[in-house]
Amino acid sequence: MDFYYGMAQLIGVHTLLGLSAYVVLLTGQVSMAQAGFFAIGAYLAGMLTVLAGWHIVPAMLLAAVASALVATVVGFPALRVKGLMLVVATLAFGEAVRIFWFNFDYQIAKGNIQVGPLGGEGFKQIRYFPENGWSTADVAVFIWAWVIAAMIALWWMDRSRVGSVLRAVGEDELAAQSVGINLTAVKVSAMGIGGFIAGLGGAIYAHYTTHIEHLNFGVVLATFAIAYPILGGLSSVIGVLIAVIFIQGFLVEVLRFMGDWRNLLFGALIVLAMNVRPDGLFDARATRTLKRLFGRQDA
Amino acid sequence: MLELRNLSKHFGGVRAVDDLSLTVNQGEIFGLIGPNGSGKSTTVNLVCGVFPTTSGAVLFEGRDITDAPSHRVVAAGIARTFQNIRLFGDLTVWQNLWVAQNSAEERSKGWFGRWLGGDRTGRGDAEELLKFAGLELRSGELARNLAFGEQRRLEMARALAARPKLLLLDEPAAGMNAEEVSQLATRIRALRKYGMTILLVEHVMELVMGVTDRIAVLNFGQKIAEGTPAEIRDDPAVRTAYLGTADA
Repeated sequence: MDFYYGMAQLIGVHTLLGLSAYVVLLTGQVSMAQAGFFAIGAYLAGMLTVLAGWHIVPAMLLAAVASALVATVVGFPALRVKGLMLVVATLAFGEAVRIFWFNFDYQIAKGNIQVGPLGGEGFKQIRYFPENGWSTADVAVFIWAWVIAAMIALWWMDRSRVGSVLRAVGEDELAAQSVGINLTAVKVSAMGIGGFIAGLGGAIYAHYTTHIEHLNFGVVLATFAIAYPILGGLSSVIGVLIAVIFIQGFLVEVLRFMGDWRNLLFGALIVLAMNVRPDGLFDARATRTLKRLFGRQDA
Repeated sequence: MLELRNLSKHFGGVRAVDDLSLTVNQGEIFGLIGPNGSGKSTTVNLVCGVFPTTSGAVLFEGRDITDAPSHRVVAAGIARTFQNIRLFGDLTVWQNLWVAQNSAEERSKGWFGRWLGGDRTGRGDAEELLKFAGLELRSGELARNLAFGEQRRLEMARALAARPKLLLLDEPAAGMNAEEVSQLATRIRALRKYGMTILLVEHVMELVMGVTDRIAVLNFGQKIAEGTPAEIRDDPAVRTAYLGTADA
């Protein structure tokens, strides 16, 4: 049973990561910095609960706000570059964050052991959940409460004018400006919202794994982050969830029996999925079908 | 209302717009014509802040809006359409209008309601615009699925959704057949009745001659003539620019 709870935790955290990239991607920005924001959330929240003894919820929220602020700051220079240049710039930022944690030491004595981040050794003993007697099931429920809250918030945002404005910017910046949209405000806000959600995801991740190190937050994680909304499609937040389940639940776990061949098939299946459903696993038509099922004709 | 003062834009050695001065008065339909590459679209882009001016000034209602960012220009009361239609193809017809409802009146409804309200906000305005554009039955359709003529009409409606005082139409009749052009002329005249000021950049002569009050003619970025449609028709410099001289 623990295996399934573990699976649910992993999928939940990756869904948050994917949602953070989704918001940014709506504005047409391909950001490889989401793993960096995720790392900031993870380390800060861990430090707040372990070193400062905070309750996990305020620790998560403060860590997420810090991630959002950093993301906003990254958002401004990111405005100047587009497409591949933006990918490279955000990738560089993400790596810089990783290297920062690789070099960062801040340990204090707690009982007879030293706790806190220790450079390349990582940050061990983030034991908020076990110390407070949370079972794996409790943690899974806690994670999913955040995931569902984030999905509902973004779903609502998508339906509101904000959603249309973000998409308008993503489609045609010149036209968006010409109807009075302030590009800077929209793109930077999207980065900020994305940073916040990534920070939340990282904060949860740090606590359920209990041990984080810089290697967790590299290019692979950044690639996953952006792969979820691309694979899932940008028509709705549901797509991100489906893509995470497809990759983490199906591809990674179900294909485990294939050993080293798994990675090859993994790539091939993603390519196949993109070809069969070029607008994402959960595309606009799926959204319409769902709406019909729930009896809402009006888009 | 709109005043261009000695406006110039040079791209490298090319003087796309060269020392252009003109004034568009409140409530009039002003035509800007000229052969291909004479700087008409560049002029529109300079007014809208798409790229920086080389020299000169753009004044709107007495305020200097030279090189203001595009969204500020819209906030000041100028909206535009594009020569090559630029709709948000993956948004619905309705959402295209909704996104543009950015005007002062809309803003006064409050940040929260304006941005986070459901898709009922601003519905009255949009319905009126859809009717104006003859798209009331297409509101849920994705913009990219519209026919060419419908896209042109939607783009015009989208510009109007920003509640401008001055509307810049960049070759709105390009690619239209005669019947569509005459419908467009009817629409433009209808807008004038609502008090809209229009700067019409156009190739299609029957449209320009039929609806404008005054016309300026550009050639190689310079204004070579200005006057009523009748005056422009008989102007020798204009004839030369369009038809060439005997030794050209």
